Amino acid sequence: MTVLIQLALTFGMLSLLAVGGGTAVLPEMQTVLLQQFQIAHTTFVHIYSIGQLAPGPNMLMVLVFGFHVAGMLGASVVLVAFFLPSSVLCLMVGRIWHKIGESPWRRAVQNALEPISIGLMASGVYAVAKAAVIGPVSISLAAFSLVVIMFTKFNPVYMILGAGAVGAVLIQYTGWH
Amino acid sequence: MSSNHSVDGVTAEDVAPPTLWALFIEFLVIGAVSFGGGIIAYERILLIDKRKWLSPDEFMATLAISQTMPGLNSVNMALLAGDKLRGIAGAVAATLGLILPGAAFVLIVGIIYSEGADHPLANLLLAGVAAAATGLLASITFKIGANHFRHLKSVLIIAATFVLMSVVKLSLIWVLVVMAPIALYLYRPKP
Repeated sequence: MTVLIQLALTFGMLSLLAVGGGTAVLPEMQTVLLQQFQIAHTTFVHIYSIGQLAPGPNMLMVLVFGFHVAGMLGASVVLVAFFLPSSVLCLMVGRIWHKIGESPWRRAVQNALEPISIGLMASGVYAVAKAAVIGPVSISLAAFSLVVIMFTKFNPVYMILGAGAVGAVLIQYTGWH
Repeated sequence: MSSNHSVDGVTAEDVAPPTLWALFIEFLVIGAVSFGGGIIAYERILLIDKRKWLSPDEFMATLAISQTMPGLNSVNMALLAGDKLRGIAGAVAATLGLILPGAAFVLIVGIIYSEGADHPLANLLLAGVAAAATGLLASITFKIGANHFRHLKSVLIIAATFVLMSVVKLSLIWVLVVMAPIALYLYRPKP
């Protein structure tokens, strides 16, 4: 029971702090999941990566953390906790906004939050990279994916699947990571 | 709804509101086919072109609110569009449709992972998967940040946020408590 309340509070808080999209809360999520639920950084990065293969909004892997901690009940608690608070807030503000119309302050808030969100995403890249990019094979695969996804229209899902296969072969035969 | 029967000048207002089922199914399709991201683009096609549920102006205004409020932009977009078309029930139908397929996907794959996490082959495969996912996250950060890297004000805010989060290791709420007022002051509306 306590663990479910802990899950609800943790993901409810992350929901409301997810400025500029969910990716901004990645570094905080990684830290909190280790401290409160003993989810190692490697496990975190594995589950995050699996989530990138899924269709739909890109943070649905939070359900897997809930499942990891407390089974299907944990996954359900996380689903509600991560999506309900921000959704209620967004609905309320959305309705007020339709009444009062566009204001220069809305633009100011968006402009101010964007660079903060990018800074947090950069922290997310750093946090994920520390656990995932650990040797010549993973450095090459990460750099190659970065360039391909940046400069082509290649679907990231195929990139990730391909990197999994190539990485497995390279690590198996070279012994490097 | 509107009793305006004018033949030319059909606007989004003149189209009958969709059923909850239609909202759910249309967003379910997006939730199921949007492998590799770009959901906002799918939502744009659905809402403006395919079903004409929103005018382009309404879409842009809704998108702006989605991006300003916390939460995932694509989910906020589904919520607000659903709310505008069919109230709270519409918001729930659209959002559930959008997240159900991906939720089922991550749970099935995640359960398989949880069962076999220590299997040597799983670890071998996930090493490359995680490396590529890192590359993906970095490229998304670069793409979203591209416009901001040219402005000194933005670069300073990005750098300060990164340092507070990753070097000083403040918790997220404190990073926001420190950075949000500073950024808001720097970007305050010009009188």
